[in-house]
Amino acid sequence: MNLVTLIAKRLLIGLGILLVVSLLVFVGTEILPGDVANAILGQGATPELLANVRERLGLNDPAYIRYFRWLAGMLTGDFGTSLVNGRPISEQLGERVYNTALLAGTTAAIAVPLAVCLGLICALKPNGLVDRMISTLSLTLISVPDFLVGIVLVSIFAVTLGWLPAIANLRPGADIATIARVLVLPVTALVFTVLAHMVRMTRTSILGVLASPATEMAILKGVPRTRILLVHALPNAIAPIINVIALNMAYLISGIVVIETMFNFSGLGRLAVQAVATRDIPVVQLTAMIFCTVYVLLNLLADIVSIAANPRLRYPK
Amino acid sequence: MSTAEPTGLRRLASELTPTAIVCLAVIALAAFIAIFAPVIAPYDEGTILTNESFASPGNGMLLGSDYLGRDIASRLGFGIRTTLSVALSISVIAFLIGSALGFFAAIMGGWTDTLVSRTIDALISFPAIMIALIVVSSLGSSFLVLIVTVAIIDSTRVFRVARALGMDIVVQDYIEAARVRGEGIWWIIWHELLPNALGPLAAEFGIRFTYAILFVSALSFLGLGVQPPHSDLGLMVKENMQGLLYGSFSPLYPALAIAMVTVSTNILVDWYLKSTGASLPEEL
Repeated sequence: MNLVTLIAKRLLIGLGILLVVSLLVFVGTEILPGDVANAILGQGATPELLANVRERLGLNDPAYIRYFRWLAGMLTGDFGTSLVNGRPISEQLGERVYNTALLAGTTAAIAVPLAVCLGLICALKPNGLVDRMISTLSLTLISVPDFLVGIVLVSIFAVTLGWLPAIANLRPGADIATIARVLVLPVTALVFTVLAHMVRMTRTSILGVLASPATEMAILKGVPRTRILLVHALPNAIAPIINVIALNMAYLISGIVVIETMFNFSGLGRLAVQAVATRDIPVVQLTAMIFCTVYVLLNLLADIVSIAANPRLRYPK
Repeated sequence: MSTAEPTGLRRLASELTPTAIVCLAVIALAAFIAIFAPVIAPYDEGTILTNESFASPGNGMLLGSDYLGRDIASRLGFGIRTTLSVALSISVIAFLIGSALGFFAAIMGGWTDTLVSRTIDALISFPAIMIALIVVSSLGSSFLVLIVTVAIIDSTRVFRVARALGMDIVVQDYIEAARVRGEGIWWIIWHELLPNALGPLAAEFGIRFTYAILFVSALSFLGLGVQPPHSDLGLMVKENMQGLLYGSFSPLYPALAIAMVTVSTNILVDWYLKSTGASLPEEL
């Protein structure tokens, strides 16, 4: 099979998954019928008012029509109206997406190279002192709740030392220095939450490549250990490492929700949590769709990169 | 089997490292607190003892008071009780569903396997936290919803492990022999697959247990898990977060309590895998 057909096939599968995801999000949030009208009117709901609102929102239509209308809205950028403030969701969406992208992007830009380097250092001397230290530390970090790292950072740097703000309030139009100051603590907390998994998996995949006959040959030829690692092992380990990174974006997503809530950071994750707490169903649907789409796309990207980097995957057994 | 087990445990006990002993002690202590919280806690979890929010330790309050003036130490005991029992229920249910389905898929093979595996894949294509948010937004959060939702999310991982373990076992001759004898599917799963997969599954149970603790705590921290007047460790962290700004370390205690249990469990699992030479299937 050639590369283009294979990638096209993966893209189609990805599209199919997204359709299933959208269906599940819609069904999942609309299990209770008529809840939206009730939610808007609250205590003051009379049967006439309810019927009126249902009519206006098209809630009397069969579920599949509402689903397609909703899906079409998602695709055309018409995200509906927030039940809490009655305003179009798209109004506040841009800023939220930007803030979360900034937070996640900065985290990834720091965590990914750092994780690959630490994983390489571990693989350089497996079971050596440095490897054991990093491994123990990362196992501990994996087992610790996301908010613990945040609490420790806040109590040291915001409360005790007073160097950095405990609340990450990003105002539009802030200058770079302010943005950087605000981002330091949430980004550090997030880096800690995703780093450990990435280091462990990078180490495992490089050690896996090092166990191959080709590496043994290189050792027998007398190639220096560092050169084997960087020139022989690393290129072969790139595909699994990229997979690891994509997998860890899932941890980043749950980490982002927790850390944004903790720092009162005005991003998508906190928007999702607030929407669930206030039962703002259109906002829940939209934020869930955005997070799931990003997740599916990242996994898709990882698949495609692995196929491109490893010709053997082009010929499935 | 029954004669082999005690010697296996005894051999395991002889390989206890100091770290493993400390971890076992921490888990035993947490279990003790969880079981006897109502007996050993000095106060009830809901009693307001002082008008002062975030009071310093003293006045009979070992760790001071929380934002409502309740005894943090007592609430910590009850919080450990809630968190551990919720997480344990989740792990047990996840294991019942996940391993039964996983073994079933492995032994049936063919289209049954494909069907079950693809369904699980569809569930995994969601970030777990989003599934939880969607369910909580439509059903609200009660202990039942919380336990069932997280158990189903968790069972997808158990399924993959159980299926991978089962796949290695079903090709063995003794399975073939059992099939030829005319044993039923569930007889083979119970008598042949389960005993042979028990070691790695026990390790996976530890991993799932820590995951359940972390996940439920995170949900409670977001205000979407355990709801007041009940309380678990995650909710305690959320409730007392503002205390940090007043120089009280009250949210740190429940967070550390979670970390002690989860870190100990994970280190213990690591030690168990190393000393039994068992390994969990990779690429999950």
